[in-house]
Amino acid sequence: MSTPTITASVTIAGETAPRVELTPVAVDLLRSLWEEHGPLMFHQSGGCCDGSSPMLFMAGEFITSDQDVRLGQFDLAPAGGAAQPLDFWMSAEQFNYWSHTFLTVDVVPGRGSGFSAEAPRGVRFLIRSELMTTMTPFAAPAGADTVEAEAAAPPAAAPVPA
Amino acid sequence: MTVYAVPGTPGSKVTFKSRYENWIGGEWVAPVKGQYFEDITPVTGKPFAEVARGTAEDIELALNAAHKAAPAWGKTSPTERAAVLNKIADLIDANTEMLAVAETWDNGKAVRETINADIPLAADHFRYFASAIRAQDGDHAQLDGDTVSYQFHEPLGVVGQIIPWNFPILMAVWKLAPALAAGNAIVLKPAEQTPVSILVLMELIGDILPPGVVNVVNGFGLEAGKPLASSNRIRKIAFTGETTTGRLILQYASANIIPSTVELGGKSPNIFFSDVAQEKDAFYDKAQEGFVLFAFNQGEVCTAPSRALLQKPIYDSFLGDAVTRAKKIIQGNPLDTDTQMGAQASNDQLEKILSYIDIGTKEGAKLALGGERADLGGDLTDGYYVQPTIFEGHNKMRLFQEEIFGPVLAVTSFTDYDDAISIANDTIYGLGAGVWSRNGNVAYRAGRDIQAGRVWVNNYHAYPAGAAFGGYKSSGIGRENNKLALGHYQQTKNLLVSYSENKLGFF
Repeated sequence: MSTPTITASVTIAGETAPRVELTPVAVDLLRSLWEEHGPLMFHQSGGCCDGSSPMLFMAGEFITSDQDVRLGQFDLAPAGGAAQPLDFWMSAEQFNYWSHTFLTVDVVPGRGSGFSAEAPRGVRFLIRSELMTTMTPFAAPAGADTVEAEAAAPPAAAPVPA
Repeated sequence: MTVYAVPGTPGSKVTFKSRYENWIGGEWVAPVKGQYFEDITPVTGKPFAEVARGTAEDIELALNAAHKAAPAWGKTSPTERAAVLNKIADLIDANTEMLAVAETWDNGKAVRETINADIPLAADHFRYFASAIRAQDGDHAQLDGDTVSYQFHEPLGVVGQIIPWNFPILMAVWKLAPALAAGNAIVLKPAEQTPVSILVLMELIGDILPPGVVNVVNGFGLEAGKPLASSNRIRKIAFTGETTTGRLILQYASANIIPSTVELGGKSPNIFFSDVAQEKDAFYDKAQEGFVLFAFNQGEVCTAPSRALLQKPIYDSFLGDAVTRAKKIIQGNPLDTDTQMGAQASNDQLEKILSYIDIGTKEGAKLALGGERADLGGDLTDGYYVQPTIFEGHNKMRLFQEEIFGPVLAVTSFTDYDDAISIANDTIYGLGAGVWSRNGNVAYRAGRDIQAGRVWVNNYHAYPAGAAFGGYKSSGIGRENNKLALGHYQQTKNLLVSYSENKLGFF
């Protein structure tokens, strides 16, 4: 049986649409890493050399706080198996700029640094992004009226100044 | 034009060993678990050496060596330590080409940069901190007629340092030089993408230092970096990298109640006010170059000017000229001194850059240049090359908010001064920024109003020793490149001395 894509549950209060999913290759890798390390968590990084990548830690290794947003929870368990919950976190300040995009966690060959658990396997988790149809893609550009989140479908193309 | 020979081939400046072990206690030590990993050159995408895959056991060996060396090294005089640092600097200078070629092969960057920037700056940083430690005085205060407070600088002891891959040798030196000058012993973990060039440096300078004063353990972050960062046997941890790992390292530091300095990247605005274009003179030419510096080091710089903010009246003309200029960037064999842009440091880095180009397009940004992987053909066809890429868009796009760490520039416009500052500061980061104006008053005010640790005014990407470097906001904590960095590697000892014969009278 081929591995399915796994979509995270909705964990942000008031939201109805999922925000994160795993590609089948990511699911396979995560299941293998779970066997090696036990329960796991993602925290999406920003900035610098190995940044802007999801970091995979042992669950609880990275201490989250009110300054973080839980974008969703995956269940890695195969059908009928005991639950294997894996949370996907991001800092709240970073989420301010990411909230209009749907994230797909994929895997590519390479050598990540940081303390992410997959690096010794010679592969790296990578985020692919799509615009969410239910979110306003951007806070209003300077000069425009403020648009509330979830108020309207996104414009076909964002306005480009000048 | 010079094309340096590929390492290990006839006429090459450097021949790598087939296998590198850890540098511990002044000698090469095989990893305890006997495991190695391949170091891949981004130039061709092919492995060129095996490197020790260190684990917690190797970190312990290195900490043992460092603890053995620290007491004596910490008691050497500043004069002696400065002499050691100056000797290291002289050796680096005498081997610039060898180190530059090694660095280019490990990291992928153009050799003209390693020869003219990375390696000479590394030597100069050692000299700067040799001077700084000799010039550093303690402190005293006469608190009353009989009571004097003396303050002494003491080394912390054994410190840990985790180094990024974008300037493997120079970033190591930024941390090594102040730590050594201050009298600490060090356990250093290079990035797993670029583990070898630092070891080539250690081959060169290792004998100058007493055994155990500098120890280098390679390996993966989870297996070697974490045991170092979380060890209760270090008195400080320094890290350059990204925000999540930075936070994790600060969490480990809090568990051990030790200080940590972290440098965590940026999304630096480069602001061009209209007056830069009032003449098409040398200054305009300089400003144009300042715009194109987004491609310096393939964009793999924490301070890369990755957001260009152009004032509306000059938006079209300035951008047009700059795109024309960026088109002339020579991308090619990094070992060719004519090459201006080399390879990205790793395959996952390449993939990440391409994923950002993808989201930029989906967000509606307008592509003005590049936007694809570059296939340079021949031996370089599997190397990690990306075209210099320029997008037009607005500051709320993820393209403008995330550090892509590649040659991808996001350009937008601003109306007036307040708009420029507002856009510039609308980011979670605060590491670098650029301001370009012929009006000194405007440039000064902008420099002060931008929330970033380093604002270049009418220049960019200069990193001279002496100019303090570090972040505001989520770009980190601490300052490097300046004598302030000594304070990050020193304890303060206060001796409070009474010269009075008379008792307090309390009891």
